[in-house]
Amino acid sequence: MQEAAKKGVAPAPKGRIEIDFERCKACELCVPACPKNCIEMGNRINVGGFAAAVFARLEDCTGCAICAEFCPDVCIEVWR
Amino acid sequence: MTDKGKDRFAKKVFARPGSLVDVKSHFCPGCHHGIAHRILAETIDHFDLREKTVGVACVGCAVFLYDYIDVDVAEAPHGRAPAVATGVKRAQPDKFVFTYQGDGDLAAIGTSEVIHAANRGENITVLFINNTTYGMTGGQMAPTTMLGQKTSTSPYGRDFRKDGYPIKMAELLATLEGTAYSVRVATSTPAQIRKAKEAVKKAFEMQIKEMGFSIVEFLSTCPTNWGMKPLDAQKRVLGEMSEYFPLGVYKERKQADFL
Amino acid sequence: MAVSVGARVEQRVFMKGNEAICVGAIAAGCRFYYGYPITPQNDIPEYMSAHMPPIGGTFLQAESEVATINFLLGTSASGKRVMTSSSGPGISLMQEGLSYMAGSELPAVVVNISRSGPGLGGIAPSQGDYFQAVKCGGHGGYRMPVLAPHSVQEMYSLSMLAFDLADKYRNPAMILGDAIVGQMKEPFVQTPYVSTVSQEKPWALTGCAGRPRQHVKSLYLKDNAIEVHNWKLHRKYLRMQEEEVRYEDYHLDGANIAVVAFGTAARVSKTAIQWARREGIAAGMLRPITLFPFPGAQVDEVARRVDVLLVIEMNTGQMLEDVKASTTCHDKIRFLGKPCAMPTPEEIHGALRKLAGRE
Repeated sequence: MQEAAKKGVAPAPKGRIEIDFERCKACELCVPACPKNCIEMGNRINVGGFAAAVFARLEDCTGCAICAEFCPDVCIEVWR
Repeated sequence: MTDKGKDRFAKKVFARPGSLVDVKSHFCPGCHHGIAHRILAETIDHFDLREKTVGVACVGCAVFLYDYIDVDVAEAPHGRAPAVATGVKRAQPDKFVFTYQGDGDLAAIGTSEVIHAANRGENITVLFINNTTYGMTGGQMAPTTMLGQKTSTSPYGRDFRKDGYPIKMAELLATLEGTAYSVRVATSTPAQIRKAKEAVKKAFEMQIKEMGFSIVEFLSTCPTNWGMKPLDAQKRVLGEMSEYFPLGVYKERKQADFL
Repeated sequence: MAVSVGARVEQRVFMKGNEAICVGAIAAGCRFYYGYPITPQNDIPEYMSAHMPPIGGTFLQAESEVATINFLLGTSASGKRVMTSSSGPGISLMQEGLSYMAGSELPAVVVNISRSGPGLGGIAPSQGDYFQAVKCGGHGGYRMPVLAPHSVQEMYSLSMLAFDLADKYRNPAMILGDAIVGQMKEPFVQTPYVSTVSQEKPWALTGCAGRPRQHVKSLYLKDNAIEVHNWKLHRKYLRMQEEEVRYEDYHLDGANIAVVAFGTAARVSKTAIQWARREGIAAGMLRPITLFPFPGAQVDEVARRVDVLLVIEMNTGQMLEDVKASTTCHDKIRFLGKPCAMPTPEEIHGALRKLAGRE
């Protein structure tokens, strides 16, 4: 990561998540769960009437899946 | 959901377990039932038990268990799930039999049934969701409601002189010889979720090895009836609830006790 | 006398009524019994506790009748024939479970060896649980076939029939006895069990290998599903009424006084009727064997051709209401009630003599 920083290039994320926009109930449990603050509450309303969570900072994701473990609605899938 | 992450991130490390039916749940936002249901489904898959499992649903927010877990399920009257589970297990000892109950179901109306199922050492696994309230019916006082807690039937706060103290079921059931495993967990931190999964796995193993009755008590949130946002509700679990209802293993039988 | 195994010889056995029910249940393939002690039916759990294990059956004494009926629910949902027994106060505790089983369409046999009530009552025999059995004491408006034995022979044969009815209709079925028919001993013939129904239970919760998951439930929340379900159950009960009425015609040919009685009251009435007929009194009896479905058409037909319908019950008038509802000949109906006690043949004979104008 430090090498990449020296080169002025952002380090590649180690993981990636996908949040099911329509299933999310905006409970916000995933937001503080993420150790890298990758998730934010969005401002688009889904079919359930909720302003669903969004995967905001892709670059910091490590694929730890803690967000997914917290989601009561199993909205999040995680890849590494 | 697509697999469009696949090209760069080859390994999917978290997905919906196969035994968890792919439908939107009716649970309130942030309700821990969702986490418990998922852990249950993951464990059924871990032991490859889906086709040999019969679940017994209770009355309460979890009455729709049969819509969410892809196994045969019998609906029990309020509190009677351990007795119905006994009837299933005695008729089909080769099946994996579990109940999933709330605190009103297990600690109020169903206390006799769960104590005697545990006392007989029934080889069943009970998942007990303790959120200190009656959720489905609108937040009334439960036997697990904490002192001072205001509910729709204790508007002045629970008073021990009138209503007694909250009941500690994991401890109570641990005193019975028939209980092989009694543990209290929570799902409010990553470490707790990991421990909860291990506890449910251990509870399943107790049944698989015919060691006797196993119970996992989950300290859970009810944001709607507590009048709290899910994240604040989580803090209540970590604070006053964990203080009164300590997490941990209350009984763990190490070897089979065959009579 | 040695009887070879497998020979279709009908054995004559001398046994208590309560035990004859067990023999019938075992003959019908029941291998699961759950129960709780209560006078006057303890012979049943005691017999089953001894006789289930040697044939690979399961006996479990529950902590209460509430637990008992729920054990039944679970075992029935697993597709097995299962039975319990109790008396009035225990049957009261089972009402919730019976309602759930009726709503979930689960078969099982429930035996009530009636004692006295209401409340703790006493251990004297009575027919005070007619309403509870026939009108169904649980919530929601379901029905059950109710069979009323009046002899140890019927305790045996109606036990076998109850299992078939329960499976035929996917419903709990009840045997309504009383302390007398339960405790008395007399010989009966052990006729072989012949199944009249399929015992295939594709709906049973046997684990979803090779098929989609199934559930056994009585909750219907969506749209008007519960209304539809209630009509479905209702049609089942109508079928019972069309196909399952059973009764005994005892000397009704040419009778001008007809007793209507069930169970022990009918048993005693037979003696009184024999005495009356010897004196030339044209007395007979219509004995319902099924209390549900009630032989209402037969009651009406008899009422039209006799002078008097004498309803005799060991209560203050319960089947009496169903007799009245079955016919418009109310002016012909008389009632002899003996709550929580057995009427004697002398009492009934005296009543018949009075009605015949002999006193």
